[in-house]
Amino acid sequence: MSRSTPLRGVHESLGATLTDFAGWQMPLRYGSESAEHNAVRTAAGLFDLSHMGEIFVVGAQAGEALDHALVGHLSVLAPGRARYTMIVNETGGILDDLIVYRLDEDQYMVVANASNYALVARELADRARGYDARVTDRSDEYALVAVQGPRGAAILAALTDADLDDLKYYAIVPGVVAGTPALIARTGYTGEDGFELFVLNEHAVPLWNALAEAGGDAGLVPAGLSARDTLRLEAGMPLYGNELSAAITPFDAGLGRVVRFDKPGDFVGKAALERAAENGTKRRLVGLVARGRRVPRHGYSVTREGAVVGEVTSGAPSQSLGRPIAMAYVDEAALEKGGLAVDIRGSQEPVDVVDLPFYRRSK
Amino acid sequence: MSTIPDDLSYTKEHEWVAGLEDGRTVTVGITAYAAEQLGDVVYVEVHSEVGATVAAGDAVGEVESTKSVSDIFAPVGGEVVEINTAVVDNPSLVNSDPYGEGWLFRVRVEEEPDDLLSAAEYTALTSGES
Repeated sequence: MSRSTPLRGVHESLGATLTDFAGWQMPLRYGSESAEHNAVRTAAGLFDLSHMGEIFVVGAQAGEALDHALVGHLSVLAPGRARYTMIVNETGGILDDLIVYRLDEDQYMVVANASNYALVARELADRARGYDARVTDRSDEYALVAVQGPRGAAILAALTDADLDDLKYYAIVPGVVAGTPALIARTGYTGEDGFELFVLNEHAVPLWNALAEAGGDAGLVPAGLSARDTLRLEAGMPLYGNELSAAITPFDAGLGRVVRFDKPGDFVGKAALERAAENGTKRRLVGLVARGRRVPRHGYSVTREGAVVGEVTSGAPSQSLGRPIAMAYVDEAALEKGGLAVDIRGSQEPVDVVDLPFYRRSK
Repeated sequence: MSTIPDDLSYTKEHEWVAGLEDGRTVTVGITAYAAEQLGDVVYVEVHSEVGATVAAGDAVGEVESTKSVSDIFAPVGGEVVEINTAVVDNPSLVNSDPYGEGWLFRVRVEEEPDDLLSAAEYTALTSGES
């Protein structure tokens, strides 16, 4: 049985194409996904991300509990700040990638992916046992609306008393937006400046409508998951289920920097991750740009002289580069030799390896 | 609701065929319904060359959108006599004008399968799917 966000009626009235995503009926696109993508790069886009999970960890030892449960060092995070981190299993495999917000001294909000938040909530509750910390999955109470793009700050500023100039990237502040109490975070998944607004479900529709109205003249458009996926891919951001899985460690994904061995105490997966850090990896996550116009897609093989040397995890036509792009895990040895191709339905299409991200916004 | 012109024939693979009743050469494209399902088309390839002979049901090319890729099939058998280079250069024509400038290729008909659909039959097919 598919679930709906509080904004489903709004999406339907906008003529959205809905798609099932992790058991949720979500807007895939409203019109042209390329136009939505470009609007986020040049003006602003409005996203419904209410399928994401919000798990609160509260108590005098909430930070220590998260230090034990996650790979990051959350107890030293300043109140009002956020951090990208991961939860791994005992063998170091990634269970989810997360953004953790420290709301105040003894209160954290863990934002998890739709497909994983039930598991994350259970794991956090398990791992917090013995700490003075209470884990509450409040995903069913919260909606999440994002405004992303270079004009997002100006659009949001007109609707809130919160001082957005003071709100740094990866920071969060409680405020009122268009009469609605909201947690205002300067985070996102598009490679642009932008905001994520956490509100109780009953406030989602009025908040959405206020933002749509306030932003219309500035070029803000509703944007669906299709645009979100191409935006995050251009920004080189991993997607759980594509680049990340329980079979992959943060080091495999080139994200070893999120693992903080220097924090005090043990954490779940530490021993396995120490081995992973020491052994290095045979495969590396890289960016590929196709020379032709055919698109490398999830699951396609990366080849060199006919032999399979890797696998594409995400691929799409890139609006910003004008060529197809992909992320792929590729054997180190093949990367050194070069001359890579992607097997696109039987034909070997040449690709070039590039540094991630594909796209970086001008400051 | 996408348009389904009355005067065309259709296939279960969401292609349209124009000109069947007029004579020997037909024009083939994909339907507005298919274009909407695909989303923004970014790449069109007809890999059968002009002059090549194709059989009805042969995969003769592909259409890629942001999210997916689909084969293009020959709805009739015969000789490929023209490929729409404009749509190869500007694949978005498939979205903006699927029954007009977004046509894909033309075939001189030698074999006409008996399972082509009328507009009414195609309407029934797509209303069952959406």
